[in-house]
Amino acid sequence: MSWFDATRERTAHDILARYPKPKSAIIPLLHLAQEQEGWVTSAAMAEIAELTGTTPAEVLGTGSFYEMFKFHPVGTYLVNVCTNVSCQLLGGEELLRHVESALEVKAGGTTDDGMFTVEDVECVAACTEAPCFTVNYRYFHRASNEDFDEVVADLRDGRSPIDRGAAGDSGELPAHGTLGRIRQHVPDDRRAGVVPPEQVDGAPMWMASMAGAPSDVGGEEG
Amino acid sequence: MVGTYVPHAAGFVDNGGPKVVSSRFAYEDSHTLERSLSTGGYEGLRLALKRPPADVHAEVRDATLLGRGGAGFPAGVKWGFCPEGVWPRYLVVNGDESEPGTYKDRLLMERDPHQLIEGCLIACYALGLSQCFLYVRGEMALAQERIAGALNEAYAAGYVGRNVLGTDFSVDVTLHWGAGAYIVGEETALIESLEGNRGMPRLKPPYFPAAIGLYGQPTIVNNVETLANVPWILANGAEAYRRMGSDASPGTRLFAVSGHVKRAGVYEVEQGVTTFRDLFYGDGFCQGIRNDHELKMFIPGGGSAPWFFTEHLDIPLEAKDVGAAGSMLGSGAIVVMDETTDAVKACHRMVRFFARESCGKCSPCREGTSWEEKILARILDGYGRPSDIDLLLDIGDNISPGPYPVASHPDEGLDAVPFPPRQTTICPLGPSSVASITSTIRRFRHEFEAKITRRDVIPVYTEPASAVVTAGEAGT
Repeated sequence: MSWFDATRERTAHDILARYPKPKSAIIPLLHLAQEQEGWVTSAAMAEIAELTGTTPAEVLGTGSFYEMFKFHPVGTYLVNVCTNVSCQLLGGEELLRHVESALEVKAGGTTDDGMFTVEDVECVAACTEAPCFTVNYRYFHRASNEDFDEVVADLRDGRSPIDRGAAGDSGELPAHGTLGRIRQHVPDDRRAGVVPPEQVDGAPMWMASMAGAPSDVGGEEG
Repeated sequence: MVGTYVPHAAGFVDNGGPKVVSSRFAYEDSHTLERSLSTGGYEGLRLALKRPPADVHAEVRDATLLGRGGAGFPAGVKWGFCPEGVWPRYLVVNGDESEPGTYKDRLLMERDPHQLIEGCLIACYALGLSQCFLYVRGEMALAQERIAGALNEAYAAGYVGRNVLGTDFSVDVTLHWGAGAYIVGEETALIESLEGNRGMPRLKPPYFPAAIGLYGQPTIVNNVETLANVPWILANGAEAYRRMGSDASPGTRLFAVSGHVKRAGVYEVEQGVTTFRDLFYGDGFCQGIRNDHELKMFIPGGGSAPWFFTEHLDIPLEAKDVGAAGSMLGSGAIVVMDETTDAVKACHRMVRFFARESCGKCSPCREGTSWEEKILARILDGYGRPSDIDLLLDIGDNISPGPYPVASHPDEGLDAVPFPPRQTTICPLGPSSVASITSTIRRFRHEFEAKITRRDVIPVYTEPASAVVTAGEAGT
């Protein structure tokens, strides 16, 4: 019986099938575990160890290096305020102070109702759009205190604030743990084939046949 | 109109110049296969597959495509470092953009994932690779969705996977999410992370993972922007590419200009032609400093680059010239600070970044960066000691011994120390923390001294300027 629910168990095996060595799947599987529970539990790490042929200690060893993995419960919405230089110059620190006082929690803490966790983070790659904050890694550019208050009001009232964010994002704002809502899926008949490196004994087969400049390039649109 | 803001690509400003990588940013559906195909997408791949792999490699080498991740090493030459006869080989795409001030790879991944995938495919074909990993920074949820969506479309339509475009060429492209660690942008740390380990850089030599990389196999690590240039080169030829930009640095580059400018944005700029002054004050670019303030200083190439000042405005955006002047163009991140900026505060914030992101493998960096941060914090809080300035420089000297790269200061009769710095660490993260310290102390020593000697900041306890420690950093 897998720790992952039925859908995610399939996803887990889908992920494992994409790597030549199962240990490479530790980070994607930790994300998957966090998607299910909102944080990474011991039971999840034991399951991931089982799936990747490692030990729970190795899974924790890898996972604890990375900031995004939480080994304790965090709020449904993780509010990350950037205070690195580009944002600092345009009020990122003031925005963080506002966020802290509006939610009555210091950076690093979680509100009593378990809804918000606030973090003071490093550059999130929106430097020209400073100051910037993200909620569960969804971007809100050129944010004022009022913009933040509106996002919080939306979330408290059960509305998605995503349209207030950076152009291009849409839909519901998922709870903490869910990153990309679209996942890569490779149908078996389209897969080139993932082989462990020790089982490869030469150049790919196509190298020989393509070396003579083939001219039969087709494809759907071609 | 010159300098149009493109609403669908937040931050991108179309300056009317040649577009190699940003040509689809103006479309709302720029990330879809349909839009890609209707605007010349996968044409470069189609043309590449009609030629032998070695030919395709030669085309990219002839274009002198310089790496856009920071070091600026020519991609075509790097591709040639794979040892003969060792298989399998891997391509790893570095999409772990986290250098302070850098905002270009996220745009490229969110707005035009098919262009990146096409670049990967061409690189794989040229090098005889059957497996490519696209490592996308963990915090970039939309980029992950866009690339996953694009890969699913491309697999279904026969552009990726088994028998690409009906030929024998077969390759798998795997999207891999990072999980929040700046150091993973260092290529050997990226490989460690991809193997499922803590993202700590590997001991050098070998200097290039092309010799020993992922799973101990030859591995090419390229930046997102580098590969995004490849389809254009194959579609238009190396010669056309070299006609743009300068002889030493052909083509265009994306520059993210942030901070105190009137119109911050990401601009695609021909290399070596435009100067910093054009970029900051030009009508098609940033249109001047906010509120018409005076420029105080600017960072020309991300948080790791030594800072520039007003006398460096006329240097062109050309890696060679910027390097000779004592800094680097790095990842194309330019942070502009006006006269109101507190140099010590900005310096502290940049050092705090490196202190938080140090992976802890090498002692000079692990101990040094956090020590520097503590000293700068106490200076800001009004508890600085007169010896602190020399102490900061001394700690810096332990991480990066000898003269640290600095810009020339003609007024003071000082020559530039050219980039890069020496280092006592495995990777350049530690030495990078020294850049903001030496740059600011050398020019604004009086600001440090004023904070140290001015006692009036002490009496009332206010919130420490050094920010609160967050739970998230416990692991790094």
